[in-house]
Amino acid sequence: MPPLLKLDDVYAQYITRYGTVYAVNGVSLEIGEGEILGIVGESGCGKSTLARVMMMNVKPPLHLVRGRVLLQGVELNRLPRDRLKREVWGKQVSLVPQSVMNALNPTMRVRDIIRDFVKVHNPELDDDEVYSMARDRFEELGLDIRALDLYPFELSGGMRQRVAIAIATLLNPKLLIADEPTSALDVSTQKVVLKLLKRLWNEGIVKSIVFITHDIAVVRQIATRIAVMYAGKIVEVGPLEEVIFKPLHPYTELLISSILTPEPEVKKRGLVEIRGAPPDLRTPPRGCPFAERCPYATDRCRREEPRPVVIGSRLIYCHLRGGGAA
Amino acid sequence: MELPEPLLRVENLSKVFVVGLFTRRRIDAVKGVSFTIGRREIVSLVGESGSGKTTTAKIILRLEKPTSGRVLFEGRDVWRDLRSREDILWYRRSVQGVMQDPYGAFNPFYRVDRVFKQMFKLLPKDMDDEERWGLVEKALIEVGLNPRYVLGKYPHELSGGERQRVMIARALLVEPKLLIADEPVSMLDATLRSGILKLLMKLRDERGLSILFITHDMGLAYYVSDRILVMYRGELVEEGHPDELIESPRHPYTKRLISDIPLLYRKWSDI
Ligand SMILES: Nc1ncnc2c1ncn2[C@@H]1O[C@H](COP(=O)(O)OP(=O)(O)OP(=O)(O)O)[C@@H](O)[C@H]1O
Ligand SMILES: [Mg+2]
Repeated sequence: MPPLLKLDDVYAQYITRYGTVYAVNGVSLEIGEGEILGIVGESGCGKSTLARVMMMNVKPPLHLVRGRVLLQGVELNRLPRDRLKREVWGKQVSLVPQSVMNALNPTMRVRDIIRDFVKVHNPELDDDEVYSMARDRFEELGLDIRALDLYPFELSGGMRQRVAIAIATLLNPKLLIADEPTSALDVSTQKVVLKLLKRLWNEGIVKSIVFITHDIAVVRQIATRIAVMYAGKIVEVGPLEEVIFKPLHPYTELLISSILTPEPEVKKRGLVEIRGAPPDLRTPPRGCPFAERCPYATDRCRREEPRPVVIGSRLIYCHLRGGGAA
Repeated sequence: MELPEPLLRVENLSKVFVVGLFTRRRIDAVKGVSFTIGRREIVSLVGESGSGKTTTAKIILRLEKPTSGRVLFEGRDVWRDLRSREDILWYRRSVQGVMQDPYGAFNPFYRVDRVFKQMFKLLPKDMDDEERWGLVEKALIEVGLNPRYVLGKYPHELSGGERQRVMIARALLVEPKLLIADEPVSMLDATLRSGILKLLMKLRDERGLSILFITHDMGLAYYVSDRILVMYRGELVEEGHPDELIESPRHPYTKRLISDIPLLYRKWSDI
């Protein structure tokens, strides 16, 4: 069975009068049916840009300069925007963006936001049919239906996030992409949002989820697989627990060891510091993007870009793991 | 035998805000909060957003007046006993704040040097500029920055971690006894946080600095603190040694908070 979504050697750039930001640089990734893929990485490494590319919501200044985005074998990158809007977004792939306020029109009540969203795809439905569909789904997911009559700003942060997720999944898209859905929330509210995502997946309302976050302890609770991103590239991808407990890429290793959760195993390890800062994506380095900060880097790392190496069920981009040029 | 007076003693502190133009509403931001901070001690104040942490910090820093209760620093009531300009300057030198957003504290149009110059009025009057800039360099080195690299730069030319270090260096310039750090790393990536936390612990150990570390992140508090205070809806609900608190929380709120923290080695079974 082909993967649900496949990115094939994708390069995406913000091209402006002031220069080019190389935000996604040669990413290949597959998302299978039934998985929850976590994408983790530091601020500015290109996670949100990758999310946009995954559903081909790419418009200037962002450009897809190379590569293909395949949804069940169909090249999304060849479809015009109006077809994507009518046939793909919301129905096949849905995105809950990083800033939920941007997703929910602040001047409309939740039910009217839902009406407009559904009618793009199903113009034949009348308002009452849409509302009753929304009510049923809110009830199914344990959300208070009174939220339907409120404006987004009247909802608490956690409720707003859950409403945005409920709307994005109303038409049962196969793939849900959630960009930092828990980052602005208190821990107890984070858990409620994670529960909702898990429920959508358990009940088959969505088949697969891409969960983008900078918080590995959060993604640990829900993902089946994890991809680690650094400076516009994926450096390691594999099964969640393998990557977290036996990282193979030096960046993954340092990233994991910078997590401070209140548990004895982590306290014993102490505070680990990564020196320096990620590269500026306006002038990405040659070779391995992590070489500058990597404690094991050699001349070759600074010169040559590592190629993917498969180790077990993992993919790693590192010279130390044999990712040299063939 | 009498116990030595702690550096800071907060007694029964309350703050009520009255908001709204037509329908006036009372918000009890801080309700009867009491705690102490000893010398050479890092005390964390942990709670979710809106729990009253920042209001407490502002009252201690004399940026906000309490509705009732007292703040005693070295035995002096900082809202009653500081009468002269000299007293106030003494207090501002003794207690310094480092706030949440390291970018917001800078003016993007001015070089970093300016944040230090603003502190010069708290330095002794007979000090000349050369001595002052000498102190700035010393403070920058102490927080792990190269003065020649940092001075003369604009804020956007520094990383978030560097900006936060600059703010700490600025506070150190006047050799405070107490540092109030309000979410000093919440805007930073995990990879940059440990460096700042290590720095705070080094300042405690080497300078004997006391720190009130304010955070919503129990994980961070667990690492840096000698003692943790848990705040919930304006009240202190629990206090304890980090290990004790994590292993056996007593208050229902702390219990829920701790069970909801996502961990690395233990996966939730209930989602
Ligand atoms: N509209 C834009 N125009 C130009 N550059 C942009 C634009 N949006 C993002 N960028 C740049 O592209 C790079 C990747 O940004 P992106 O938002 O994808 O990162 P991210 O990993 O999602 O970060 P965060 O964790 O902070 O959300 C950054 O250098 C960013 O400054
Ligand atoms: Mg983002």
